[in-house]
Amino acid sequence: MSAPARSPQELHDTIAGGIGESPLRPDGTLKVRGEFAYSSDLWHEDMLWGATLRSPHPHARIVRLDVSRALAQPGVHAVLTHEDVPGENVYGLKYQDTPALAADLVRYQGEPIAILAADHPEIARQALKEIVVEYDVLEPITDPERAAHDDTLKKLHPGGNVVRHQRIVKGDPAATADVVVSGVYEIGMQDQAFLGPESGLAVPAEDGGVDLYLATQWLHVDQCQTAKALGLPLEKVRLTLSGVGGAFGGREDLSMQIHSCMLALRTGRPVKMSYNRLESFFGHVHRHPAKMYYEHGATRDGKLVYVRAKLYFDGGAYASKTPVVVGNGTTLSVGPYDVPNAHIEGWGVYTNNPTCGAMRGLGAVQPTYAYESQMDKLASALDMDPAELRIRNALSEGSTVVTGQVVDFPAPVAELVQRLRDLPLPPEPTGERDIRELPGGASNTTHGEGVVRGVGYGVTIKNISYAEGLDDYSTARVRLEVLGGEAVAMVHTAAAEVGQGLVTLQQQIARTELGLTRVSVHPADTSVGDAGSSSASRQTYVTGGAVRNACRAVAEAVYARLGVPSEGMSLVGGKVVAADGEVVADLAELLGETAIEETREFHHRPTYPLDPETGQGDAHVQYGFSAHRAVVDVDLDLGLVKVVQLDCAQDVGKAMNPDAVVAQIQGGSAQGLGLAVMEEILVEDGKVRNPSFTDYLIPTILDMPPMRVDVLERPDPHAPYGVRGVGEPPTISATPAIANAIRAATGLELPRVPIRPEHITGV
Amino acid sequence: MRVNVTVNGEHRQADNVWEGESLLYVLRERLGLPGSKNACEQGECGSCTVYLDGVPACACLVAAGQTEGREVVTVEGLASGDDLDPVQESFVEQGAVQCGFCTPGLLVAAHDLIERVPDPSDVEIREALAGNLCRCTGYEKILDAVRDAAAKKAVR
Repeated sequence: MSAPARSPQELHDTIAGGIGESPLRPDGTLKVRGEFAYSSDLWHEDMLWGATLRSPHPHARIVRLDVSRALAQPGVHAVLTHEDVPGENVYGLKYQDTPALAADLVRYQGEPIAILAADHPEIARQALKEIVVEYDVLEPITDPERAAHDDTLKKLHPGGNVVRHQRIVKGDPAATADVVVSGVYEIGMQDQAFLGPESGLAVPAEDGGVDLYLATQWLHVDQCQTAKALGLPLEKVRLTLSGVGGAFGGREDLSMQIHSCMLALRTGRPVKMSYNRLESFFGHVHRHPAKMYYEHGATRDGKLVYVRAKLYFDGGAYASKTPVVVGNGTTLSVGPYDVPNAHIEGWGVYTNNPTCGAMRGLGAVQPTYAYESQMDKLASALDMDPAELRIRNALSEGSTVVTGQVVDFPAPVAELVQRLRDLPLPPEPTGERDIRELPGGASNTTHGEGVVRGVGYGVTIKNISYAEGLDDYSTARVRLEVLGGEAVAMVHTAAAEVGQGLVTLQQQIARTELGLTRVSVHPADTSVGDAGSSSASRQTYVTGGAVRNACRAVAEAVYARLGVPSEGMSLVGGKVVAADGEVVADLAELLGETAIEETREFHHRPTYPLDPETGQGDAHVQYGFSAHRAVVDVDLDLGLVKVVQLDCAQDVGKAMNPDAVVAQIQGGSAQGLGLAVMEEILVEDGKVRNPSFTDYLIPTILDMPPMRVDVLERPDPHAPYGVRGVGEPPTISATPAIANAIRAATGLELPRVPIRPEHITGV
Repeated sequence: MRVNVTVNGEHRQADNVWEGESLLYVLRERLGLPGSKNACEQGECGSCTVYLDGVPACACLVAAGQTEGREVVTVEGLASGDDLDPVQESFVEQGAVQCGFCTPGLLVAAHDLIERVPDPSDVEIREALAGNLCRCTGYEKILDAVRDAAAKKAVR
């Protein structure tokens, strides 16, 4: 069967610029013209529309499931249940614990029960109502701390309710100190809220397989899980990345992949599935809510002596990335600080709340909010400037982190805080102010009376790439050939462009390595080797490294064809140039009708599992560091907050595309702001109360303040080009900076984010 | 039902339109214009903003039948042939496009703002674009783009 009429495009736009410059996106023009094919734009003339029936109950036993009435509806072509899953009815990123379609037990509200395909999306929606499901509703488990410790609770999965427990012990876990502060902190459930809905088009193939065009973060891991559920060999399930409307971790788990393929294979027709916003809130995993108990001990002159913490992460119904959240959460639990003694325990647990998994800042967002709250509390107890306290305890190159790993690359944590502290503050307001710039904005709730200002800092450490012994790698294929008399390169990887600008970066690297201008990017698909996930701030590092390696292999092949030693040779401006600058050959002439194609992998240096008892081990390959300073105005009467200024300093190792780096920092900071003051999925008795953009609020352009971004470049000697992952750290440090600024303004404890008006007013 | 509507200056006709179908669905699925985006379909995110008789509207909130005989301009209609509108140029040049899903709606809203207010202040830009959610950019580069587009239009 033919490819969809609207499908992923090759990106040919040639915008000069190599590494360290800021060429524009090759997909930019397509996107502003409305011609870029996102996954929900895919279209096939013969296609059907798929839809999903989801459980209204967080926990229930399915006692009867009858699809016959739905199947009899005119325009309905197939209705499928767990009995129709051709292969294994289970998938999962770390543990295989998630049914593609619920069989007998429902573990969260929104769990898929049945799927169907129809001629029109409205026929599909109406037909869902004709499916009969009888439930025996069960009492949900919703308290993660109880789920971790109360053995009398029923087990949601055969192995019990603890997904992972990790302990970390450094130095003397029972150390004592002159000054002690403690607190209990909570963080609500945040949503990735990417704008492009989960969607894709599955097209049945003549070989009995299926071609799936979709938005995802990791094609190969989707391929594995989907093929297993379909009972097909990998090569019969081919995936192609279509336009992705943001991801932020929310596309790491499967959504419509297995379902759309099942329907396409059953009906023999292309099937498109596209969630609406309501379904999207149920159809993807969220950020883990957490409850965290912290105690910090310090000397009177402000040196940290110990940190003790207990961290509870609510993983919801299925494991997803919970094991990784516990790993990251505990290993990063003391922050970017030198702490000689620590005793940390983290639990990730199953409940009947919505499943939680990956979101930008995975596992680091929660403890950073807690330990940065503690740092301000400690500064207050010591009567010390909060920035000074952080500088005094900042870890640096050569420090040993809480897992015993030595930081063997630059770690300019103190410098980040110093640079922020040295930035001028916005002027104190005087005279009449534009109400649109006050808390409450155009709703005209104040003209400045009752408004107080506060300043706060947040600093974070985040691991880059996958950790704890995973062989985390990427693959790139680079083809060099002559088109129109000019040598051009084509880069082909399976790495997902989710909006972050990886397509631009791939071109930049190829231009720099091969000395060319014209470089195009092939759509990402599974016909090339695995690139791993567009997550963990890893793609520039890992896929960037793979593209570099493939380009260098292509260059070697060029020199070999010339019969010259590669030593001292380079490719510049379409020529082969010797060490003395002499032009040895013209690339286009050398290639003629032939092409050179090389495929290479990049593996970062190994990491190691944590000791299960002590949590010691070189678990992470690299750390990223960022710091924020927030200035807020708070209306004490109404509890409304306006973030006035949000400045960020971040070390990126090497700014491969400086403009894109700044854009990542600004966007990440906005998500951190959202978590600080507005974003939360409200869950009551396992049920989601606000699954819409009406009630789940993300920052608008009126909520985002002006930002100054200070980018440091301290190259990591172990990373390709010295890069350091950029995407996640700014999301993490923005939240505590804003929370601390609100505390500074109000003098309130505020132990929970998002901070809501009632927390400030106490009403 | 049959709907006759002028889209981007061309008369278009859609047949067999179901009564509940939105303008957004008709544009995207029946007329082959997927530029207007389906991010929330509840009028909250602004990703499907189009001009309806010259006034910006969320296409997801307009019943297709209501557009009979009326004039719609979508993001696909902002450029003239190969020449991008200054707003489109500025969004690309200033790095205001990341994933780009919000971009079509923002372009129409920004285009409308500059038509009405040729030299908008920052607070006017923020107010005018507050109905368009963006999850990637943090909005700073969108502000840059709108300022840049206003300056470009002023000299043309």
